[in-house]
Amino acid sequence: MVLTLYILIPAVAAVVAWLLGRVDTRLSRWTAVAGTAVPLALLVVQWIANAGELRGDFVAEGAGPAGVAAGSWIASVHEPWIESLGISYFLAADGLTLIMLLLTFALGLLAVLCSWRGITKNVGVFHLMVLWTVAGLAGVFLALDLFLFYFFFEMMLIPMYFLIAVWGHERRVYSAIKFFIFTQVSGLLMLIAIVALVFIHGRETGVYTFDYTQLLGTSMSPTTAMLLMLGFFAAFAVKLPAWPLHTWLPDAHTDAPTAGSVLLAGVLIKIGAYGMIRFMIPLFPDAAYDFRVWALILGVVGIIYGAVMAYAQTDLKRLVAYTSVSHMGFALIGIFAWNSWALQGVILELVCHALSTGALFILVGGLQDRIHTRDMSKMGGLWQVAPRMGGTAMFFAMASLGLPGLGNFVAEFLILVGVWQVSHWAAVLGAVGLVFATVYALWMMQRAFQGEETHGLKFADLTKVEIGMFASMIAALVLLGFWPQPLITTARQPLDGLQKLTAGTSLVQPQTPAEDAGAAEPVADTVAGEEGGP
Amino acid sequence: MADVSLDHGLVLAAILFAIGFAGLLTRRNLIVVLACIEIMLNAAGLAFVAAGARWGQADGQVMFLFVLAMAAAEVAVGLAIAIRFRQSLKSLDVDDADEMKG
Amino acid sequence: MLSLLWLIPALPAAGFVLLVLLNRRLGRAGTALIGAGSVGLSALVALLVCGSFIASPPAGDAYHQVLWTWLDVAGFAPTIGFYLDAVSVTWVLVITGVGFLIHLYSTEHMEHDEGYTRFFMYLNLFVASMLILVLADNLLLLYLGWEGVGLCSYLLISFWHKDPQNVYSGRKAFIVTRVGDTAMIAGLFLLFTQLGTLQIQPLMRAAEEAWAPNSGVAIAAALLLLGGAVGKSAQVPLQTWLPDAMAGPSPVSALIHAATMVTAGVYLIARTNVLFELAGDARLVVAIVGVVTLLIAGFSALVQHDLKRALAYSTISQIGYMFLALGVAGWEAGVFHFMTHAFFKALLFLGAGVIIEALADEHDIFKMGGLRTRLPAVFWTFTIGAAALAALPFVTDGFYSKDLIIATSLGSVDGNLWFYFGSLVGAFVTTLYSFRLVWLVFFGERHTEVTRRPRWRQLVPLYVLAVLSIIGGFVWLPAWIGAFHPLEDFLDTALPPMEWAGQYAHFAESAGAALLIILIVYVGIGLSYLLWMPWRQSTHAFAESPAVRPLVAFWTGGWGFDWLYDRVFVRPIRWLAHAGRADVVDYVPRGIAWLNLAAWRGLSAGQTGRLRAYVAVAGFGVVLVLAVVVLR
Repeated sequence: MVLTLYILIPAVAAVVAWLLGRVDTRLSRWTAVAGTAVPLALLVVQWIANAGELRGDFVAEGAGPAGVAAGSWIASVHEPWIESLGISYFLAADGLTLIMLLLTFALGLLAVLCSWRGITKNVGVFHLMVLWTVAGLAGVFLALDLFLFYFFFEMMLIPMYFLIAVWGHERRVYSAIKFFIFTQVSGLLMLIAIVALVFIHGRETGVYTFDYTQLLGTSMSPTTAMLLMLGFFAAFAVKLPAWPLHTWLPDAHTDAPTAGSVLLAGVLIKIGAYGMIRFMIPLFPDAAYDFRVWALILGVVGIIYGAVMAYAQTDLKRLVAYTSVSHMGFALIGIFAWNSWALQGVILELVCHALSTGALFILVGGLQDRIHTRDMSKMGGLWQVAPRMGGTAMFFAMASLGLPGLGNFVAEFLILVGVWQVSHWAAVLGAVGLVFATVYALWMMQRAFQGEETHGLKFADLTKVEIGMFASMIAALVLLGFWPQPLITTARQPLDGLQKLTAGTSLVQPQTPAEDAGAAEPVADTVAGEEGGP
Repeated sequence: MADVSLDHGLVLAAILFAIGFAGLLTRRNLIVVLACIEIMLNAAGLAFVAAGARWGQADGQVMFLFVLAMAAAEVAVGLAIAIRFRQSLKSLDVDDADEMKG
Repeated sequence: MLSLLWLIPALPAAGFVLLVLLNRRLGRAGTALIGAGSVGLSALVALLVCGSFIASPPAGDAYHQVLWTWLDVAGFAPTIGFYLDAVSVTWVLVITGVGFLIHLYSTEHMEHDEGYTRFFMYLNLFVASMLILVLADNLLLLYLGWEGVGLCSYLLISFWHKDPQNVYSGRKAFIVTRVGDTAMIAGLFLLFTQLGTLQIQPLMRAAEEAWAPNSGVAIAAALLLLGGAVGKSAQVPLQTWLPDAMAGPSPVSALIHAATMVTAGVYLIARTNVLFELAGDARLVVAIVGVVTLLIAGFSALVQHDLKRALAYSTISQIGYMFLALGVAGWEAGVFHFMTHAFFKALLFLGAGVIIEALADEHDIFKMGGLRTRLPAVFWTFTIGAAALAALPFVTDGFYSKDLIIATSLGSVDGNLWFYFGSLVGAFVTTLYSFRLVWLVFFGERHTEVTRRPRWRQLVPLYVLAVLSIIGGFVWLPAWIGAFHPLEDFLDTALPPMEWAGQYAHFAESAGAALLIILIVYVGIGLSYLLWMPWRQSTHAFAESPAVRPLVAFWTGGWGFDWLYDRVFVRPIRWLAHAGRADVVDYVPRGIAWLNLAAWRGLSAGQTGRLRAYVAVAGFGVVLVLAVVVLR
């Protein structure tokens, strides 16, 4: 039941915020805060309540893929919906879902907060759109019926479109339409794949169902599997975004309002990664293995291309947008490496990237609100005008380039270690990408904040609300940098389960001699060697 | 009376239809266009009658009566449109009504 | 007592956090207290801990303290843990001791700078990171410290960030070292995948068991780690960032770019000595890198006009000596030279800072001169530092450590004649350039007047370091003087003992070899006196003469490395970035959109609005359909 609440509360709050917005904008804003903060609180409670269960080892509840899939959930709702088509209302949560929901609500809250002063027109409708997006996002992460998943997947597009097109910046309509068409077309490809999968399964077993746990392990010819996997891959690759399907992102991110950018970069693009981990690879492990080389190539090209493009930009927000492309390249190679280290790294990267890039977007948005430009040639020396802003920007630039001590480093290191098991060159090139990340991060700092202040700009430094937001994000990143274990433990069970689903396929190779061979069994903590002692 | 063969009847109908169609394409006066449409209708009717004569059934002539009635109704509406056309566009040139383009 | 180990890096880290939080509310006094105080406290704790370690060594000559497990993923479980042995004791004492002196110096030196608090913020973070680096018990935590010092180096080099040139230098440093770091991180991947852990001691043991001597894997891993070391320690081919790093304040140059961060590479190699012992070929590469670097940088130092740049090249050269020592398995010798070098190089940089400040920011040594009488304290301390650098026999610590390295390069089991001659030539050049600075800055005619005199907070560190530069060498006397080498004995508990072997070993250890070095030093001092005192004009003319000028320019520019890297890497990437700025990939979807629009335009051209056209088309279509139906 609580799972439905995660979707229902933001949805209801959306409508209430809209209606209240006609009366008083402040009421609308506070409703929106409630609409995201309440599910967040619920989530934390649920997380703590199930902490013990999450810490345990993964136990399959039955034989075969369906049994493995069933063993993962800490909560689920399964009602029949459209029986004749085999569609059910199937929501379920495991550790991975909890992490994704945490991101959704936390960033939703941040999005509402950072628009407090920035959005003044049609405030009610704005919050309707934001909360509608949040509800859709919650649905995407919770849904396990493929039709329901697709439903929520497409549902989020509409409010996002409006967010960009109505409250965005200069080329907002172009960017909104581009974003919509890219995602819609790729989503349709995924729909075809879903329907085909259902039919194949139906013809094989006589049961037509959209239930993900039933569809696992459907046998089909390698060509069919590859085609269907590519259908899914298209949708998730556009969302992630993977090079070369990334070109919608710079436009959408640049022209979206700050709240839109935060939601886009923070959560929406994580759906791509989540979809690959949860659906695409477990459904088609052999096809994924065959495709792996290509995915690694695309990922590595994305890392370097995104970084070089970021360096080349003169629009500050566009620069930050391209860094997203670069970081998600890491996610892509990590996903296809498909071993414990890489996958944990990917989850961590999703969380840390959401924090660091979200913060950068809030920063850039705040800067734009103050000086009404994003053109870096009109900036320079801003550190002297607003030292707190400069310091904060420096911190998040360091997070972006993967400085150890912050969560992003742990994530990227784990991903690269995992990728190294599968392909040395991909890991090395990914590490080279870190050099390019340094180039763009330092360039961004130099061009905008350092140097002489020649344009006569004067504006206020960070407000208390902004400092509060950034302080919490800084604290989170530092904490994750030195103690990522809570997150890792939460994700461990579901990731082990997912890997078990693909056990025995060519995707999961035996790990190195230092690790257990075969599919990753949950390994007891082995702190390698201590001698001497206090 | 000597039988008129079907072929002759159909050919005549075809020629009449072609004349009407050609006129429809080339004439710009709305009334003339309507007249050409009439010619085409009558040509169709003629084809029906000829066919009916060939098979020795009254269906062809029944269809011709049908066509006549329909043509009358259509002319009534067409002329009404022509009057409105003249009133709003101040001419009877068919080419002048080209606002729904692009 | 040993359990206080974690406080040593924690105190400067706490200092950093306090300075960040209390930034606006602290005055000069408060900042100085927290900034210098935290490092001072850390030095105190270090003395206690290390003293206790030396006095009563724990079992196995090492102490291991684990704070918590950093992360744990499928058997990969690095810890936040600290490991203390002879090597880390040496580094910790130098970092905290010299670090405290430099902090004290900075409280005076940076007095009038508006970024006072920011400076100490970064400096504290640096000391914390460096201490984490040398105390880390696993390579991942070491890497954390490694990058941390790189970050602080960047922040401090570009400290006066109003000038884009300073920021450029900072960026250059960060990016060049990051290139090295990429190699190092690949090395970490390799080591973890092959041996299953990154905890250093277990890793070394596993490597010994699993890998045959000189096996490909061992060499690969060692070379990758060397890549990182080369970047951080500014050795060939990644040395180009250090001269530009002089854009930062002098205390920064003293602490980071002389005494500590640049020795991180030396530390890494010493720490993973087992790996390098296994991979003999990699060790050879280390030695070659060392010898080449010390020669290249030595000649570059000889022709510099900027005082700090000369010292920077000198640092590169001296670290080359350390690499040479490590490369010929003279592990303890390398560490010894690190210690002595930290003393006299920090001294030289701090002295340079005073001089530059006294002359109102004049860096050009040819515009100095005659400062002997105006800044006597600086004169004496600086000269002592220069003498130590030149390895003035018996009375300076540089003599003992450099003599040892030169001897090892010949007599060690890996030594050979080439290394020996290279190090001798290097020693000669070192003498030349170090005393060149003394003659040009302190003697002769005065070109710029002294406008600011140093205060006690700047002078006391100079005095202390000068004393250390004299007595610091007495902890390891060469064999032909006597058998007094407590440092070697101490380091032997953590490092493999140096082996003297080969046909030249006996000569190398003898007094005869030392005599040769002493001779070279005195000849060098004498020659430098002649060249830059009585014959100064002729030397000038010679350097400006058309035949010699290109060579001088080549040496001044660092042997063309900057020029090469600019042409091969920087410009192409910049060009690529700007050429493709509009995202060439986007042409595909834009092309599709354009096609759609073109089709739309084409089709809408057919919507003429004319009735007759429509009828004609409809008629044509009907005819076509009928024809198809009928003629089938």
